[in-house]
Amino acid sequence: MQAQASVTATQEAVPVLALDSVTKTFPGVVALNEVKLRLYPGQVTALVGENGAGKSTVVKVLTGIYQPDGGAIRVDGKETRFPTPLDATAAGITAIHQETVLFDELSIAENIFLGHAPRGAFGLIDWAKMEAASRDILQGIGAKLDPRVKLRDLGIANKHLVAIARALSVDARVVIMDEPTAALSHTEIHELYDLVEKLRAQGKAILFISHKFDEIFRIADRYTVFRDGTFVGEGMVDEIDENALIKMMVGRDVSQIFPKRERRIGDEILTVTGYDHPTEFADINFNLRRGEILGFYGLVGAGRSEFMQALFGITTPTKGVTRIDGEIRVIRSPADAIAAGLVYVPEDRGKQGAITALPIFQNVTLASLNRTSKSNFLRLAEEFKLAREYTQRLDLRAASLDTELGTLSGGNQQKVVIAKWLATQPKIIILDEPTKGIDIGSKAAVHEFMAELAGQGLAVIMVSSEIPEILGMSDRVIVMREGRMVAELADADLTPETLVRHAAGI
Amino acid sequence: MLKRLIMSREALLFGAIAILCALIATRFPGFVAPSNLVRVFNDTSPLILLAIGQMIVILTKCIDLSVAANLALTGMCVAMLNTVYPDLPIAVTLVIAVGLGALMGMFNGILVWKLAIPPIVVTLGTMTIFRGIIFLVSDGNWVNSHEMSASFKAFPRSEFLGLPMLSWTAILAVIVFTLVMTRTTLGRGFYAVGGNPHAATYTGLNVGRSQFWAFTISGALAGLTGYLWVSRYAVAYVDIAGGFELDVVAACVIGGISIAGGIGTVGGAVLGALFLGVIKNALPVVNISPFWQLAISGAAIIIAVIVNARASREKGRIILKSAEKPA
Repeated sequence: MQAQASVTATQEAVPVLALDSVTKTFPGVVALNEVKLRLYPGQVTALVGENGAGKSTVVKVLTGIYQPDGGAIRVDGKETRFPTPLDATAAGITAIHQETVLFDELSIAENIFLGHAPRGAFGLIDWAKMEAASRDILQGIGAKLDPRVKLRDLGIANKHLVAIARALSVDARVVIMDEPTAALSHTEIHELYDLVEKLRAQGKAILFISHKFDEIFRIADRYTVFRDGTFVGEGMVDEIDENALIKMMVGRDVSQIFPKRERRIGDEILTVTGYDHPTEFADINFNLRRGEILGFYGLVGAGRSEFMQALFGITTPTKGVTRIDGEIRVIRSPADAIAAGLVYVPEDRGKQGAITALPIFQNVTLASLNRTSKSNFLRLAEEFKLAREYTQRLDLRAASLDTELGTLSGGNQQKVVIAKWLATQPKIIILDEPTKGIDIGSKAAVHEFMAELAGQGLAVIMVSSEIPEILGMSDRVIVMREGRMVAELADADLTPETLVRHAAGI
Repeated sequence: MLKRLIMSREALLFGAIAILCALIATRFPGFVAPSNLVRVFNDTSPLILLAIGQMIVILTKCIDLSVAANLALTGMCVAMLNTVYPDLPIAVTLVIAVGLGALMGMFNGILVWKLAIPPIVVTLGTMTIFRGIIFLVSDGNWVNSHEMSASFKAFPRSEFLGLPMLSWTAILAVIVFTLVMTRTTLGRGFYAVGGNPHAATYTGLNVGRSQFWAFTISGALAGLTGYLWVSRYAVAYVDIAGGFELDVVAACVIGGISIAGGIGTVGGAVLGALFLGVIKNALPVVNISPFWQLAISGAAIIIAVIVNARASREKGRIILKSAEKPA
């Protein structure tokens, strides 16, 4: 790639940590395909890429959680392996995760030194030494915290500081920060920037993973771009502009194949006006027509799922009106929503969808019991009939509908969960990240199926963080950022660049 | 189908009870005489009634530790009522007992549903409260046999087709709740809510309300048992059925009801209760000390948990292609 040419001044320096053609595959998915990454002492390297580009996998490879299937990890130019996370820590690599992995009921000092506390006589913990050392580290990063305070009493930003202090307590040379600002307020973010600069001045190599372009241009020295698990380019941040970076992120040669479908968009079926929530979203207004697939795009945490949960009656908005077929419907619980013809297939279908201890047929009919029962008495024949109808439509192959759902494979369990929703004969179906974490073959089947549903006149809302999927499936796309709708795109406006621009706020 | 029936938890437990009875019969043949088995069943009926209610509560990921205190309070109330109105028809007494018990169950249920207090804390609290109320209403006095009317005491003992009414009540409860659990939307809801509360919520079920009804049923059965207990033993005092809630939970665990919720049947709870009933009745007649009785019950609980845990162990992900059998 042309970007390689820009690596000049630091070319001679040996990267403290490097990945060379590292490949990592999972069943059905190539998560990383011969990627390279180089981290230099005293420099902040930003790792940039869309969701699913392989950023989290890289972090796990670097910290010894995953073992690469091919390629090499080099520390100071020497090939190394990290069979366990402890080996990565011993090599001076430490990661600060999005959600800090700390212990609320322990003191700051205990959190910092958990697992490698200084020992005194009889192997007992030397508390004085531990607290003194903690105080030194905290001072070093400019945190005014008493090491004896329990973590529970700290805010998120201070917890991050403790996580960073913990990282430094093991004499880290490489600090990985995975979206460290995601949960921080504006001022806290600036404090974090100061800290990153301090660490840089101390000669640490920093890998900074972020979705936010302003951050990258504010604090990173270098950038590396991944796309769909492959390395796209790298260079110095001051030699590139936002547009070029976006192009590297999203520009793809061959897109996935999406089912062609005849658009038969009918009358308006759903109108949402003025949905507000005190902390999660505000001012959501849109409409939806029969046969339409409406995409909701945004970065993770943009408030899309939170809004959908309010629309479906799981949480309560402060205000907002839902009209279905022109009539105002008051939705206070999922039962109200289902009765109004609105269903929600949640993101985590394993946790939020399947009841593994119940037989297949009972899972399918669970949301339609009003139709398979008479004055609260179940009619098993009706239940089997309904279950057979919808499992056949989804081409589910199971020995018997009477077997426990837990005995089926994950893909088949998903089919049962979707059959459950279709059996309610909905007018509107919300699919939250419908293909997250499934292999390419199953993805295509889900897309095909979504197209078929829309073809039958069902109105579909698809929440997705994957740009190809949003572009390939949606008739219209609403982009959300920080809890608000920031754009509504269709046809010619619907390009990867515009999506990323609106979602990231540039 | 046949294989599944044979391998089911209920069948295993039934086999275990049969083997237990056979072992006892080698030492004391009279134990397996039909008349004695009827007596054992009758003696276990209160435990069966309470275990059915407890099983429903456990299905919804809760636990009801207040059942024995509920039983004692209801028993005391109907006994005292009987001393004031000795001519009250038995049907009315039964309705009052069930209603009072259900009210106490609803109190538990409301606390769990609306205030989201952990069930073990709620029922530990109400257990003490109910016992305390018995003391308040009775002033610590006993209601003795001679203060109770003859008809009040006669009901659980009166026989129909050779079985006492106490046994018939248990049988009726088994039939009714088997129907409720397998043939009604309410019963299905209990399984769904306990099996996966998240999924149940998204499916439109109200988890808290299901738990409320589970506690109500458990309370109603405890109330019913309260009257039967007091009239059968012809005495009511503060401490009756003290510690019995643990037998009830034990019966459920032995009967294969998963403490994690969502798994269990009425049949399992009944067999679990019968298993304990057989042990309790047989050990004294074969001259085993009552301390051994406790140890054996305890061992049975642990074995049951191990067997159930092994049966429902997570199979893990199928990643190898060769390990995936065509579904």
